[in-house]
Amino acid sequence: MEQINQSCFYLMSFLAIIAIRALFVLYLTGKPRRNKSPQPLSTLVVLGSGGHTAEMMNLLSVLQTDRFTPRFYIAAATDNMSLQKARVFEDSLVEKKGIKGVSAQFTQIYRSREVGQSYVTSVWTTLLSTAHALWLMIRIRPQVVICNGPGTCFPLCVIAFLFKIMGIRWSSIFYVESIARVRRLSLSGLLLYKLHMADQFFVQWPQLQRKYPRAHYVGCLM
Amino acid sequence: MGDTVDALSSKRTVFVTVGTTCFDALVKAVDTLEVKRELSRRGYTHLLIQMGRGTYVPTTSPGEDGSVAVEYFHFSSSIADHLREASLVISHAGSGSIFETLRLAKPLIVVVNEDLMDNHQSELAEELAERKHLYCARPQTLTQIIAGLDVESLLPYHPGDATPVAKLINHFLGLPDD
Repeated sequence: MEQINQSCFYLMSFLAIIAIRALFVLYLTGKPRRNKSPQPLSTLVVLGSGGHTAEMMNLLSVLQTDRFTPRFYIAAATDNMSLQKARVFEDSLVEKKGIKGVSAQFTQIYRSREVGQSYVTSVWTTLLSTAHALWLMIRIRPQVVICNGPGTCFPLCVIAFLFKIMGIRWSSIFYVESIARVRRLSLSGLLLYKLHMADQFFVQWPQLQRKYPRAHYVGCLM
Repeated sequence: MGDTVDALSSKRTVFVTVGTTCFDALVKAVDTLEVKRELSRRGYTHLLIQMGRGTYVPTTSPGEDGSVAVEYFHFSSSIADHLREASLVISHAGSGSIFETLRLAKPLIVVVNEDLMDNHQSELAEELAERKHLYCARPQTLTQIIAGLDVESLLPYHPGDATPVAKLINHFLGLPDD
């Protein structure tokens, strides 16, 4: 009896510590970093198909890429075009700045939901993609996560957030809602917004900012 | 020689694109007699259809009897060239196709696919239609939209850029702006 009580006590304390840590991480989410040493930050870029990738490339082309190095690109396993576009972008950087030894890696990930897939089968494919995402994230452990809306980014952001709670890696999560979202957020966007997981949340239409006041309105990226 | 130049300059192509999707309802709609007649009445001479993963095959026509000449293909790596050569673009509602066409300053009719499950795509097309950058249609309203087309009334789209996002990210991470 006493033994059960004791293990109960340990379990409760453990859960309490996790809860306090989670609250602490939530409190710090969205608070600007004080960057003492300007070391380059390892960056995960989550690519979506077609239009999503075009928007992301527009963003990357104005970011000072030498600060966001090395870069890890992840795209859905069914999408070959996006990684190709990212490779073209990285090659153009090498040409422009003459940097030798490309500081970029390209990986594919199982997708949680294809366009048009039903929500019921989505549950299983989401579990599969989460397991794959976990494995990739353990390898990458990014300091910065940038994503703009495909379903692939949600599991990756959740894992990045859990890494913060567990003290594995502190990361800043940036989410740019796609230009295609004018009146309603995407499912990934809505979840990340409601769960307070994104450090900064950007929208491209003023209507959305009025609806989601914690979001930053940044105008059209395209 | 003069004849060929004349023939080239009077060639006015309507380019229909469904991107990588399957959008038979659109291909069917442009394949109807009403749409083809309306396009011909508006002075378009050629109809080029990129049908993607769709299964509905449109009827081709050499267009010798004064009707529009119809051709189709599934995919192409030179979509940009087809867009550039077109006098009118009829596109699915994907943001990639929409902005590529707007950047080329081509008159654009976006047709929303109503069969998609989570149909957020109409949002973008409707918003840009409200701002007079393009026309927004459904497969069943395409004929009316073409009939009421006023290319002159469309406003040019000025592409945005991502500098505000980059600034906010830099600021958040405590990095200087330049």
